[in-house]
Amino acid sequence: MLEIKNLHAEAAGKKILKGLNLTLRKGEVHAIMGPNGSGKSTLAQVLAGRDAYEITAGSITYLGQDLLDLEPEERAREGVFLAFQYPVEIPGVNSTYFLKAALNELRKHRGLPELDAIDFLQLVKEKMKILELPQSLLNRPVNEGFSGGEKKRNEIFQMAVLEPRLAVLDETDSGLDIDALRIVAEGVNKLKGPENAQLVITHYQRLLDYIVPDFVHVLYDGKIIRTGDKSLALDLEERGYDWLLEAYEKNGRRAESVPA
Amino acid sequence: MSTSTETIEQFVNREYQYGFVTDLEADAAPRGLTEDTVRLISSKKGEPEFLLEWRLKAYRYWLTLKEPEWPNVHYPKIDYQNVIYYSAPKQKKDGPKSLADVDPKLLETYKKLGIPLREHEKLAGVAVDAVFDSVSVATTFKGKLKEMGIIFGSFSEAVHEHPELIKKYLGSVVPYTDNYFAALNSAVFSDGSFCYIPKGVKCPMELSTYFRINAADTGQFERTLIVAEEGSTVSYLEGCTAPRRDTNQLHAAVVEIVAMDNASVKYSTVQNWYPGDEMGRGGIYNFVTKRGLCKGASSKISWTQVETGSAITWKYPSVVLKGDNSVGEFYSVALTNNYQQADTGTKMIHIGKNTRSTIISKGISAGRGQNSYRGQVKILKSAANSRNFSQCDSLLLGDKCGAHTFPYIEVKNTSSTVEHEASTSKIGEDQIFYCRQRGLSTQDAINMIVNGYCKEVFRQLPMEFAVEAQKLLGVSLEGSVG
Repeated sequence: MLEIKNLHAEAAGKKILKGLNLTLRKGEVHAIMGPNGSGKSTLAQVLAGRDAYEITAGSITYLGQDLLDLEPEERAREGVFLAFQYPVEIPGVNSTYFLKAALNELRKHRGLPELDAIDFLQLVKEKMKILELPQSLLNRPVNEGFSGGEKKRNEIFQMAVLEPRLAVLDETDSGLDIDALRIVAEGVNKLKGPENAQLVITHYQRLLDYIVPDFVHVLYDGKIIRTGDKSLALDLEERGYDWLLEAYEKNGRRAESVPA
Repeated sequence: MSTSTETIEQFVNREYQYGFVTDLEADAAPRGLTEDTVRLISSKKGEPEFLLEWRLKAYRYWLTLKEPEWPNVHYPKIDYQNVIYYSAPKQKKDGPKSLADVDPKLLETYKKLGIPLREHEKLAGVAVDAVFDSVSVATTFKGKLKEMGIIFGSFSEAVHEHPELIKKYLGSVVPYTDNYFAALNSAVFSDGSFCYIPKGVKCPMELSTYFRINAADTGQFERTLIVAEEGSTVSYLEGCTAPRRDTNQLHAAVVEIVAMDNASVKYSTVQNWYPGDEMGRGGIYNFVTKRGLCKGASSKISWTQVETGSAITWKYPSVVLKGDNSVGEFYSVALTNNYQQADTGTKMIHIGKNTRSTIISKGISAGRGQNSYRGQVKILKSAANSRNFSQCDSLLLGDKCGAHTFPYIEVKNTSSTVEHEASTSKIGEDQIFYCRQRGLSTQDAINMIVNGYCKEVFRQLPMEFAVEAQKLLGVSLEGSVG
């Protein structure tokens, strides 16, 4: 579904991604972990098409298309969804209206009829239950006056409504208390299916107690330096990143030869 | 430059749609302003002696004044002797008796502007008085309104048919001594609208005036007078456009509103005068004095304006809260783009007890536009327990534009409350990207963000005007769900 090859990206002249390789197949959940500043959020932003980043080498193929050729909104319409680490507020724009406009853009793109207000509201009410969100949120402007936790839950709520094929969750767990974390994780799990894939970027293993990944990747120095299964996350939880990073440095910063 | 910024510029650089010129023969006064010009205008309109006298007093007073320099706008000196002060489309003898007598070319113009007068006559909803250059062309729905005792039509007609009302109220809110442009208008105003709502009558439809400047080098000086008697209610709409021309044209209007006990007047404007081209050439100088007097107890006057046009806007729709418990409101969206300059805001003068006023101002600056909010809140000693709330927000699109706020607050008693909030924000790349990530185009994203920002003001507009205002800002109407 998604194939990233030798991806190099920089922002304002600073090299951030330096030869990243990653492949996601349908039905899979991948977790990306790594210390601060390793390039995790850059990867999320590049996948979504943020123009602050310049791609200097490499390719991203998504469902057979060159993803880098598509505008951000085209990617979204093709089913790429980013749950933002810091969702912005859009004052005065009603949440329901915003989401209805977004969903109808996606439906138009796929040749489906647009949903009218009544059908849309029904859909939204169902999805809100999954995230245990108060209905009043629908009448408020997008993210305005939301608590940190509400903003994150709102991201996953939008994901539930838009039903993406590829969902990228950028530190969705940060700023959530344990109850909210559970609700969000359960929501994400319900959205998992054989036809879609999820890329979960996180700093802590605790999210992975709830969202069980098929693969765990460690991102450092702009590339994946280690790939493993769920147990890698537990390892990191116990021993920290240092042992891995030291090994990487010793090996002349070559990812493929890091020993287990 | 990033893609989003480019699109912001494309968005704000949309061309003026109403820039066409209608080829009509005009009956115009020679350029320049002397006592003779004033006499000529007055005699062209067959005015009674009292009005000519008033005009002449205004003219003589104007001669003693200097053009104000305090507004935060910059323009080359206006040569008042090079302006044509009167221009009327040539008509068959007496002027139109009904729509059938109006020059079809004129009607065509209004159609282009989206004001189908013929349809208006048939469809219930809005009564339109259209002012073309200096003369009021046709008023729809007149008959129906007449049955209820409502007078709505051109100012000139009212001068002939109801001189006692004109004599009583003209200049009673904005005297000709008020300011430079009000004095000029008082001397040379050529037409405008007059509206009188008798005691206890709720006007059943929106009353609407369209102003259009067509002829070149012509000044438009219209005068609107609205009188709402005790317990009456009226909602009044005003729209304006002008052709695209390389030279600047002067528009100096005066609007006066009088509200008696328990009367309520809502005045909405969508101002879309030609703003000049992208280099700042041409465009209308819009120097307007608008003021309402809440004369009676518990009366209410509400101004809503959406200002997208004009090269320069200088305008402060104000309310004098004289009656106890009276209410004044001002809701404004002002957009400046390219080289447009706006210095706009309001004055709320609290005189009566328990008077309340609300000011919501939303400035949008794009291109090299300069947007100033200037507002005065004055609470006199007599205005015990009065309240004002002001909110002035500025939104910047791009980095070459400017936003400025000049609040003046004066409170002369200890029982009153004044609140002032102000904010300045930039339309965020983050906001646009967030919308695009959800599948919306950049254009739709900007529309949505700007629309959201203006929502508090648009909400105040009557439905059909809200639609027009949002179209004007290039935004689509937010459909409310559920």
